[in-house]
Amino acid sequence: MPEKSPKIVIVDESPIRAAILEEGLREAGYTDVHHIREMQNLLARVYQLDPDVILIDLENPSRDVLEQMFQVSRAVRRPVAMFVDQSDAESARASVDAGVSSYIVDGLKKERIKPILDLCISRFNAFSKLQDELERTKSALEERKIIDRAKGIVMKLKGLNEEEAYVLLRSTAMREKKKIGEIAQSIITAAELLK
Amino acid sequence: MTHSLRIGFIPLVDAAALIVAVDKGFAKDEGLAVELVREVSWSNVRDKLNIGLFEAAHLLAPVAIASSLGLGHVKVPIVAPFNLGINGNAITVSPALHGAIMSELDGDPNDPMATAQALHRVVVERARAGADPLTFGMTFPFSTHNYQLRFWMAAGGVDPDEDVRLVVLPPPYMVDSLANGHVDAFCVGAPWNSVAVDLGVGHILHFASDILQRAAEKVLAIRQVWADKNPDVVAALTRAHVKAAAFIEAPENRDEVTAILAKLEHIGVSPEVLQRTLDGKLKISPDGTWRESNRYLLVGREDAGRPDPAQAAWLYAQMVRWGQTGISPQALETAKAVFRPDLYDAAVGKPSSPSDDRANIVGAFAGPAFDPADLEAHLAAFEIARLKS
Repeated sequence: MPEKSPKIVIVDESPIRAAILEEGLREAGYTDVHHIREMQNLLARVYQLDPDVILIDLENPSRDVLEQMFQVSRAVRRPVAMFVDQSDAESARASVDAGVSSYIVDGLKKERIKPILDLCISRFNAFSKLQDELERTKSALEERKIIDRAKGIVMKLKGLNEEEAYVLLRSTAMREKKKIGEIAQSIITAAELLK
Repeated sequence: MTHSLRIGFIPLVDAAALIVAVDKGFAKDEGLAVELVREVSWSNVRDKLNIGLFEAAHLLAPVAIASSLGLGHVKVPIVAPFNLGINGNAITVSPALHGAIMSELDGDPNDPMATAQALHRVVVERARAGADPLTFGMTFPFSTHNYQLRFWMAAGGVDPDEDVRLVVLPPPYMVDSLANGHVDAFCVGAPWNSVAVDLGVGHILHFASDILQRAAEKVLAIRQVWADKNPDVVAALTRAHVKAAAFIEAPENRDEVTAILAKLEHIGVSPEVLQRTLDGKLKISPDGTWRESNRYLLVGREDAGRPDPAQAAWLYAQMVRWGQTGISPQALETAKAVFRPDLYDAAVGKPSSPSDDRANIVGAFAGPAFDPADLEAHLAAFEIARLKS
């Protein structure tokens, strides 16, 4: 990067997402990256850092606070909005879909912004994928626990061994076209009702 | 044929007509399948509307105008076939500021001129004592809240840009910020004023209707290009809102309406607090004082749903007064054209009558009657202003 690295501020209450983003930016050669986590006095913090680019997630209500930067009364550099070029609707949509929004200080060339925004979009998408996976792993674990409990109930009530109990659960699930976890849950519910 | 629409909103009481139109099936009866999307910021609502992720949105009336004029953001022409709310805001102050204003007050505490002059004395005294300037929270640079606060304090001699600090705060953060002293006062819509009073951290000093008797607050905003292409859908959506607004205003439906609005996916506060806003009967002080006004929030009555271009002209005049834009006849016309009584009339099957620029339609407590025909002369009457040269 021949030109000086632009100063980038990430406004994000999620430390993990901010870290993922920051790491990505650094890998891409952007060395001047800052993270604001605290939303109180946000504007003062932003003015103090005086960034070239501000990145903020769309779930953050403080986005509206940043809109105040567009007002004329302040003697600071005025940023322009995320959709620098009105014709670039595709990248605006991609950015909103990913959940990130950016503010760019006037004067920074558009071709210098594009890679930053693209990187943010892919990192934000990576983060939500990570979250989905985490959710899936969590529910898979939950399901295992439920199946184990149901197996125990069946073993006790029908005098089966573990494998026989599992086969019974699985064949019932297949016959009723349901997930084995759902069958297990109904067994637990029934057992609790009949306790 | 069913049309699918995604409509964004912010959890505030003046989204009521939209929420009820969907929840009570008025939209469905019109052949519309509406997905309501709850948002956290006006910037999000505006951007998602602008780039077409929403077909329509609950939007601050001044944002619809700013978007059409290209102020503060990209220029995307917006039309409003329905006005979601008239009035509905309030100014809430911390107990400390309330005490200070009351001790300087010379007159009726419900008279905004008396309180604005008292505020002026408080501000002068603080400056003399070397105290920090007072900080006022509002919701967005292009918001009625911003203009109402400015109009009020400037009438008493307080310069909103020089004598105090005005800061944008997301509505859900208002009460906390008042409690921990980051702001001394705020202007916001329901339910946040009542929440502050209930928690004992604020006094409602004014209903916004004390300052302006009739002020367009939120509109049903639609991109103009989309509206032009889908006139039947716009008419159907408008009709659903007209029906919903009438349903909301009928006192016998109040319990059902507050229950719908109270749902977590809608506004998510207790039905009782919502009832206060719709009844215009608010607890204004932690000591249990109540105040009532039949102008607190108008959802459909008094023709509130029909957009009035004179209201748009008044909002544009505030943008000019506070230096957000320069004055130009074309811009005034563009601003007025955002509010579309013709679309409303077409939807309800009334012959369209040209909207008259009724004098002093906003009913401000100070200054000359509003005259959209001569903005320059009107604005010249205000001593404190930031007119662009």
